[in-house]
Amino acid sequence: MLAPLVVVCAVAFTPGNTLSVPTTTVSLRWFRAVFAHSDFVQSFWNSVWLGLCAATIATAIAVPAGLAMTRYHFRGRDALNGLFLSPLIIPHLVLGVALLRMFSLIGATGSFPWLVLAHVVIVTPYALRLVIAAVVGSDRSIEQAALSLGASQATVFRRITLPMILPGVAGGWLLAFISSFDEVTMSIFVTAPSTVTLPVRMYMYATESIDPLMAAVSALMVALTAVSMILLDRVYGLDRILIGSR
Amino acid sequence: MSAGTGRSLTAKTTPYLLSGPALLLFSCLLLVPLLLTAALSVSVFDDAIGVRNEFTLAHYAAVLTDEYYLGIFWRTFSVSAITTIICLLIGAPEAYVLSRMGSPWRSIFLVIVLAPLLVSVVVRAFGWSMLLSPTGLVNQWLALVGLGPVQILYTELAVIIALTHVMLPFMVIPVWTSLQTLDPDGERAALSLGATPFTVLRRVVLPQVLPGILSGSLMVFGLSASAFAIPGLLGGRRLKMVATVVYDEYLHELNWPLGAAIALTLLLANLVIMLTYNRVIEGAYRKSLG
Amino acid sequence: MSFLTLTGVSKAYGSVRVVADMNLSVERGEFVSLLGPSGCGKTTTLQMIAGFVEVTSGRISLDGREITHARPNSRGLGIVFQSYALFPHMTVSENVSFGLEMRRLPKAERRERLDAVLALVQLAPLAARYPRELSGGQRQRVALARALVIQPRVLLLDEPLSNLDAKLREEMQFELRQIQRTVGTTTVMVTHDQHEAMSISDRVVVMEAGRVTQIDDPQRLYEHPQTRFISTFVGKANLIRGRVQSAGPQGRVDLGAMTADVDAGDAAAGDEVFLSIRPERLSFVPPGQGQIDGVVRERFFLGSQWLYHVTTAVGELIVACPNDGRPPLEEARRTGVDWLSRLVQVLPAEAAGPDPQSGSRVGLS
Repeated sequence: MLAPLVVVCAVAFTPGNTLSVPTTTVSLRWFRAVFAHSDFVQSFWNSVWLGLCAATIATAIAVPAGLAMTRYHFRGRDALNGLFLSPLIIPHLVLGVALLRMFSLIGATGSFPWLVLAHVVIVTPYALRLVIAAVVGSDRSIEQAALSLGASQATVFRRITLPMILPGVAGGWLLAFISSFDEVTMSIFVTAPSTVTLPVRMYMYATESIDPLMAAVSALMVALTAVSMILLDRVYGLDRILIGSR
Repeated sequence: MSAGTGRSLTAKTTPYLLSGPALLLFSCLLLVPLLLTAALSVSVFDDAIGVRNEFTLAHYAAVLTDEYYLGIFWRTFSVSAITTIICLLIGAPEAYVLSRMGSPWRSIFLVIVLAPLLVSVVVRAFGWSMLLSPTGLVNQWLALVGLGPVQILYTELAVIIALTHVMLPFMVIPVWTSLQTLDPDGERAALSLGATPFTVLRRVVLPQVLPGILSGSLMVFGLSASAFAIPGLLGGRRLKMVATVVYDEYLHELNWPLGAAIALTLLLANLVIMLTYNRVIEGAYRKSLG
Repeated sequence: MSFLTLTGVSKAYGSVRVVADMNLSVERGEFVSLLGPSGCGKTTTLQMIAGFVEVTSGRISLDGREITHARPNSRGLGIVFQSYALFPHMTVSENVSFGLEMRRLPKAERRERLDAVLALVQLAPLAARYPRELSGGQRQRVALARALVIQPRVLLLDEPLSNLDAKLREEMQFELRQIQRTVGTTTVMVTHDQHEAMSISDRVVVMEAGRVTQIDDPQRLYEHPQTRFISTFVGKANLIRGRVQSAGPQGRVDLGAMTADVDAGDAAAGDEVFLSIRPERLSFVPPGQGQIDGVVRERFFLGSQWLYHVTTAVGELIVACPNDGRPPLEEARRTGVDWLSRLVQVLPAEAAGPDPQSGSRVGLS
């Protein structure tokens, strides 16, 4: 099940020049090579900033939208819900092609902010799903109690609703970040040389040459994912995110 | 104390205000680009000038009639179908075993099965390319048994293997979810009435799990058909699937309209399958499962 | 002067009338219960008073001012929800002082009022605990304290005791009443449990299918239920169908196998009626000496009383006898059943609900 990941991590430590599992000695030379490789370092930071911005914006629009979806009955609710979750079923390939066309028409091709917005669209469904689950799971009468005690709508949201749904919101943010960081198919169409993200850089590198440098980068990515998984579990619960039940 | 009538107004507009930002974003960065791409796909492409503002269905005609593209679609379709079937054969029993597991093991196995979803597909594809290369682990093991080095990488087999591995969680999750709603007493009742375990599986468990299986199959098929990184890294330059062909048209041929046409055809196929699934599920199961 | 008044209040969802034409006057300091089976509209009425549900038609006024469309955070009511609705991320103290914070009271006064109300509900030692660390009964007290500390003009209770187990429920009933009497707050309670409503309310409002069927103090409600439904919902009753032979206070009703002397009230000669007699108003006498004879079919031991099912010519009667130490009647024993004529209630036969012409009978006000 985990074989490819294990292999990737193992090969990353090889001292040799070829893709082989280290048998006698372990070396960190390829890791050092990664940090020396300015392209990869640049792409890493691109991905990090992209992820932070995209996740934050996505969560910021997902929280009010999630509240609207669950707390109110209004015309078009189902349609809106479908729209907001559609990036899950629209192939990223199609999204990449479509956004590339629009970006080229409005001259946004090398722009980082526009890339962020593109990622926001892709990761919002993840944040939205978790926010909705959190709102649905919270007791509505608690908010009514706060209202009856004289709190304004804004106060109710700030002091009652938000703290109650915070684990869901935080989990949504993390999941959005991870999804943005990992994304390659859409990004490969929409990134420009200055905004290349890490997965795209890796893909382009892997199609040209295969050497343990790739393995080292991959191992680092696996490590990063492991860290975010632990965070996710602490904040929200891994099984809840992946299965959706507890 | 005011008896404000303004209250009923805000109650009506609040949900629209709340979903406003998301709606704005999605309209500008989802709906508009898709419409532009649709327009692009019916525009003429001139080798010299590029995209011209003339209407043509030539690209769609090419997609649907040209042997090359038909071959790509066929390959994509068959690879996805095979992947779906294998995922079904492995994933459904896996979900069943998982649902029967006791407390500490279940969480551990769930993490093992599902955590790879959080790792980028590029990493996983690369891992497989190492395993399946002529000097990779798989061939090393085959050598131990005496079989000569087999060319797995850059064949459809490699793509299928990697796709199956990556798509497996998407089969396990829906099947596992529908297994959760199963009442274990139902199986016990069937056994007490004289059914064999196999009959119980076939007549009691399977019908209730079918929606989950269908949902999982749909997801696996759809995701496999639009996969990019895996066919790209494991299929090589010769073995093209829909996503990599589109990339070629965009990057190398610069024939954006053709690429757009192929991409939209893929989208259409996905939507058709999704709608058919919904109809089937609703028709067949609304009565029996409510 | 009425403190809380509902005039013609109705609530409809589309074509479904959940509450129809509700009229209610609650005096200052009164404890009133809305009693009825689930679906009768009592909770919706409470939510309209609280402001969480929009009134379709009608008016609600509090202390002379109309609050029909006022926002729920401006009505100044204290509400105890059925699920208690405690803020899970705040301690008991923080929960209770929330309303005081919203009113921007100075810290010292907040502290004072908090201590006073926690002492009232006997929760002072648990002030720093979180709701998840409390038992059901303790959470209920926190909810009550939170609603009382803001000194609301009206206290609304939504099935406050339904989540407690039987023993605790009984204790809390009386404590609730005591607290209310001490503080003197006008209270409206919603419940489906007639024991609760009867034991602690000043007046009970019986509701059925969105309408009020009777408003009376508990004793009058018990002794003189206006409809068949109320007579069996509030306490148990034996219902015997009959036809009025002669009307008036010294009337007679033909029950088929016998005729009964009753106060026929408003019923006219020839009307179809039901005679309603409470099980504890029936007594056993030697055969032939009572109103009618019968055979004991089954008997049940309930600790403080014996319950007998007696087959008679007018149908099966339920007789309740206190367990006073005397030997109970055996099954299959032939016996006479007796009752006092003035303890029999005559009810109209067709009314399963209120008579739309006469409206609901308003009690002493």
